[in-house]
Amino acid sequence: MRNRQQGRVIVGFLAAPVILYTVFVASPYVQAFYIALTDWRGLSAEVEVIGLANFAELSGDPVFWKALLNNLVLLVTLPVVTIGVALFLAFMLNAAGGPRSGEIRGVRGAGFYRVVYFFPYILSIAIIGVLWTNIYNPINGLLNGALRAVGLGGIQPSWLGDEKLAFWAVLAVLVWNGVGFYVVLFTAGIKAIPASMLEAAVLDGASRSQIFFRITIPLIWENIRTATVYLGIAALDAFAVVQIMTGGGPNDSTQVGSFYLYQNAFSYGRFGYASAMGVVLFVVTLALSAFTLRATRKERIEF
Amino acid sequence: MTTATHDRVSPQAAAVGPRRSRSARAGSSGPTIVVAQAFLVLWAVVSTVPLLWAVISSFKSDPEIVADPWSLPKALRWENFARAWDAASIGTYFGNTVLVVGGGVALTLLLSAMAAYVFARFDFRLKGALYYFFVAGMTFPVFMALVPLFFVVQNLGLGNSLPGLVLVYTAYSLPFSMFFLVAFFRTLPGEIAEAATLDGCGEVAIFFKIMLPMARPGLISVGIFNFIGQWNQYLIPLVLVSDDSKFVLSQGLANLAVEQGYAGDRSGLFAGLTIAMVPILVVYALLQGRIQAGMTAGALK
Repeated sequence: MRNRQQGRVIVGFLAAPVILYTVFVASPYVQAFYIALTDWRGLSAEVEVIGLANFAELSGDPVFWKALLNNLVLLVTLPVVTIGVALFLAFMLNAAGGPRSGEIRGVRGAGFYRVVYFFPYILSIAIIGVLWTNIYNPINGLLNGALRAVGLGGIQPSWLGDEKLAFWAVLAVLVWNGVGFYVVLFTAGIKAIPASMLEAAVLDGASRSQIFFRITIPLIWENIRTATVYLGIAALDAFAVVQIMTGGGPNDSTQVGSFYLYQNAFSYGRFGYASAMGVVLFVVTLALSAFTLRATRKERIEF
Repeated sequence: MTTATHDRVSPQAAAVGPRRSRSARAGSSGPTIVVAQAFLVLWAVVSTVPLLWAVISSFKSDPEIVADPWSLPKALRWENFARAWDAASIGTYFGNTVLVVGGGVALTLLLSAMAAYVFARFDFRLKGALYYFFVAGMTFPVFMALVPLFFVVQNLGLGNSLPGLVLVYTAYSLPFSMFFLVAFFRTLPGEIAEAATLDGCGEVAIFFKIMLPMARPGLISVGIFNFIGQWNQYLIPLVLVSDDSKFVLSQGLANLAVEQGYAGDRSGLFAGLTIAMVPILVVYALLQGRIQAGMTAGALK
């Protein structure tokens, strides 16, 4: 009697979530693999299975290679810069305060800084894209206005219009967007380090940089790994910023896989080709996550 | 490094003077702290100035914006906001976003709590398999499934509609929310449910009347997390909604940026940006502790 009621509850409670998830999440991922093998171009067009032809075409598509290369550069630079800045800020906020007196504490106003640093992360990436397009505006943007204000009016870069600058301008926005989140993430890690450990190091005469590199970083290694994977996924995406700020240009210098996929599907109607791209990006993502987790594996330090 | 900053630090250093002798290199850390402080202040400026700039520019006239990006508005031009709200449809986009996110968060909470409760409390066949089925959905980026998702939604007749967005947002929010709540339900004492069962309380009633209220703190964290995530969603509405009376805020604003670029109404665009930014920043300022905890909780698990 009770078992039957339990069974009904299990089925009843799970039915809606499982159906919703299967229809809108699981089935699209599975279908992507099939569509990738077709030359599908839209609703009414005939669908023909063309095997691996899409993948063959992809391997010879210079724009796709350029996009992948940009993703790979982002994959290295975005985590390195973001984690570097965030670690430094988190350490300064939590363990660098006050004069050294055998006591480790945060700087004054640490709470205020953490709140403010989080602002860019809380906003929609679309809003950030629109905002920064205006900041980078060569004529009446904030940046070139600042250059004029300090007497550097002769230097007025076209931030998003210059092939050499645009990619780095996009990277800067992604870093700006993410740092606050990782400051909070690392702060949680640093706070979990027993104070006695840091105090002992200080009493033993360890310098601030020794504490940072020899104690803090090893002890929050798990958080750094997590951050690396998250930022890696962000680097393989980067869709909104590219779509809004540069449209992949100038001359494909900011093209990324996600935006090229979107263009192929929804601008050119090449659904099969776009899905093939999705499959390749999926495999790349999976391989890189596995690689990152393996490469950064360390003995977990218990404390 | 200015002398002013030095002055600020020195009284503090003097105050702990007697304790200094215990640490051999105490004196050498003064400049390091100043550099560190300077960097902390610098990043605070970098984080806020762009946002302040958008808000200040939203009160300027177009000629003022073009003349000098660093100038302050000569008068507060509230009409920019009225224009953005009505003529540029920001009001419509705002309303759509409230409806979609309200529906999405409510449905996400209900369905993920139900699923999480079952996972946390009962054992059944296929439990493990189902668990990994949901895990898989958290691993893959959305854009990979973009093309099939578009057609699934079209074929169900949900394209270009707000209910369609609610269902898709919910589906993609389910895995994380569920795992968060499974962990939460496990921390709740099972005895209360047992006692209620003995008292003849049905399983459904136990869930809604006892377990759900007890899970409130967890539900609030998940709710905040999903509110921010769904409010900021861009890619999904961009692909699923093409009728501009159904646009959500992020999408409408990006579209406006392209249109205003040609129309030259930059003050209206900045007003739109401000309308989109300020509510979420205010909510954040009020709840920042909970929000930071909620948003990092997922990463720390």
